Amino acid sequence: MSILARLKPCFWDHGDTGEERYKHLFNFRRIWKLTVVLTTAVALFPVISLAIFDYNVTHDAMESEIVLRTSRLVSNARRTVSFFLTERKAALDFIVNYHSPGELNDSATLAQLLEALQKGFTGFSDLGVIDASGRQRTYVGPFELVGKDYCGQEWFEEVQDRGVYISDVFLGYRQHPHLVIAVKHELEDGSFYVLRATVDTKRFNDLLSGLEVDGGGDAFIVNQQGTIQTPTRWHGKVLEKMSLPVPEYSPKTKVLQCQGVGGESLVVGYAYIAETPFILMIVKHQNLLMKPWYKTRKELFAFSAFSITAVLVVILGVATYLVNMIHDTDEKRVATLHHMEYSERMASIGRLAAGVAHEINNPLAIISEKAGLIHDLFILKQEYAGDQKLIGLVESVQSSVERCGAVTRRLLSFARHMDVDIQPVRFKELIEEVLGFLGKEAEYRGVQVDVEVRDDIPTIKSDRGKLQQIFLNLVNNAFAAMADGGHLEIKVYRRSAESVSVKVRDDGCGIPEVDLKRIFEPFFSTKKQKGGTGLGLSITYGLVRELGGDIRVASAVGKGTSFTVTLPIEAKQTKRSDR
Amino acid sequence: MRVLLVDDEVELVSALAERLSLRGIEADWASTCDDALTKVESKSFDIAVLDVKMPKISGLELKRRLQAKCPLMKFIFVTGHGSEDNFREALRDAGPAYYLVKPLHIETLIHKMNEALKE
Repeated sequence: MSILARLKPCFWDHGDTGEERYKHLFNFRRIWKLTVVLTTAVALFPVISLAIFDYNVTHDAMESEIVLRTSRLVSNARRTVSFFLTERKAALDFIVNYHSPGELNDSATLAQLLEALQKGFTGFSDLGVIDASGRQRTYVGPFELVGKDYCGQEWFEEVQDRGVYISDVFLGYRQHPHLVIAVKHELEDGSFYVLRATVDTKRFNDLLSGLEVDGGGDAFIVNQQGTIQTPTRWHGKVLEKMSLPVPEYSPKTKVLQCQGVGGESLVVGYAYIAETPFILMIVKHQNLLMKPWYKTRKELFAFSAFSITAVLVVILGVATYLVNMIHDTDEKRVATLHHMEYSERMASIGRLAAGVAHEINNPLAIISEKAGLIHDLFILKQEYAGDQKLIGLVESVQSSVERCGAVTRRLLSFARHMDVDIQPVRFKELIEEVLGFLGKEAEYRGVQVDVEVRDDIPTIKSDRGKLQQIFLNLVNNAFAAMADGGHLEIKVYRRSAESVSVKVRDDGCGIPEVDLKRIFEPFFSTKKQKGGTGLGLSITYGLVRELGGDIRVASAVGKGTSFTVTLPIEAKQTKRSDR
Repeated sequence: MRVLLVDDEVELVSALAERLSLRGIEADWASTCDDALTKVESKSFDIAVLDVKMPKISGLELKRRLQAKCPLMKFIFVTGHGSEDNFREALRDAGPAYYLVKPLHIETLIHKMNEALKE
């Protein structure tokens, strides 16, 4: 038997076996389903809704928190980078405004200025002046650049146009990344010159690498073509193309999500740094950022699953228990109804039997006496004596009357015992009375009946009428189960100091094991087609229990069945509920 | 032994009386209570066989009345009915349980009467 079948409550397969007024009041399976569905819906709807709501709110909060944090970091970094460049540009502006072109054309002064710049601001590696024709007029630094012509070069055009120029990063002196800052100074005569300085980007890099970027993130600068300007951990080498696409222009800090080369989800915050070719990028791994969220999510799922399981278990348990109780109670109600009707019927049969017996008994007594008198006269009076044939006839009348008398006595005794009464009962008599009803049938069918009542059986105090019904039912069943020429055995023996057992054993067809568990249930019958009500044994069971006894059955198909009724020697007086 | 048989069925009681007479027992019968009480006044009986259920007066009541007149008289009850109440009362009232169910067996009746008289 599978676990499911074992867990199945007894009302589940309950077909409505009763008829008409003995129908069950409820459809148990429907009640159960309705209860389970309704309570589950009412109980789980809020739990699930809250879980989903909480999931979404927390998820959104987490994401916006990530965006906000990234955006703030990008803005701060941009300000720092922007300040670094502006500061250096301002220093150059100060120099060109404060010194005359003549002073700046002097290499010694320029060298002094470079030294001052290197002390005041870090990162300056050279300084030079270029005149309006694009020629390098003076230069202090590691290279020999005086006289170099920049005319027509892109940066020179730009500085002429915009007054300032900041270059991309390039590998300059001693293979260190550098960038160039140039400022234009216009003279009163309309001509101009340009002060050009090379700045080591090491300080720049320190600034960015000093940023605390969470989520395995990376802060770096690319130019507008996507060439990496400062070192990065994941996205390529300096002066190589970045592995990510160049984000589109935006005057403000922006955060977007994209896929990395390996397909991982990235959170990219960026800002275009004004007046420079640079874009500041901060790239974070979303998975790492969302780690706390994943943990929360797991907890949320676990808690929801636990709650739902608990609710379901409780609902299923309670619903099953309650419906089972309703089922049992209703079962009892129907059985009681039946029992009542059966008892009522038995009582009216009893009354009828008593009435008939009494009415017949008096004329029977007269016949008996008259026939007795005739017999006496034949025997005792000389004038009538001698006719053996007549004596024989009268004797035959007398024996018939005797038989009728036995029947009426039995009927009267049966009717008398319909009333509840605890009285001394002797098993030998009781069983003879019961068998008296079936004696003829046994004779016709050639059934052999053996009765064994042990000598040590005491007279028990019990209800004679109920005992008669019990054993009449059992013996009747045994007769129905046996073929002609069967063998019925009734054995009465002492069970213990307080109880006596009666075993009714037949060698009939037997009961299959499947049915054996159900034979005491009301309405269970294998003889429905033959008019069985399925009540005989359930009533027998009820009666045995009323007398404080116990009934057991053992059976083997094809070999026979034995019922053992164990009764207390002194039955407790129980009121009959139907009276 | 002198026996008084009382039963409302005349046919029964007369036949029974005759059968007892045939066996040498002096038997008289009455079909009503009044009849029985008159019979007792004129003649003495050792034993009375009474039907438990009779019209007007029950066998038990009759027994009380008869006993008042003849304190030494013994009684045997006969019933054609299985009514519990009457049986109970008969049992309690009659002291030792001498009651028989109809139809009667003549030998049993005689046996019971002898037993009753021996006491």
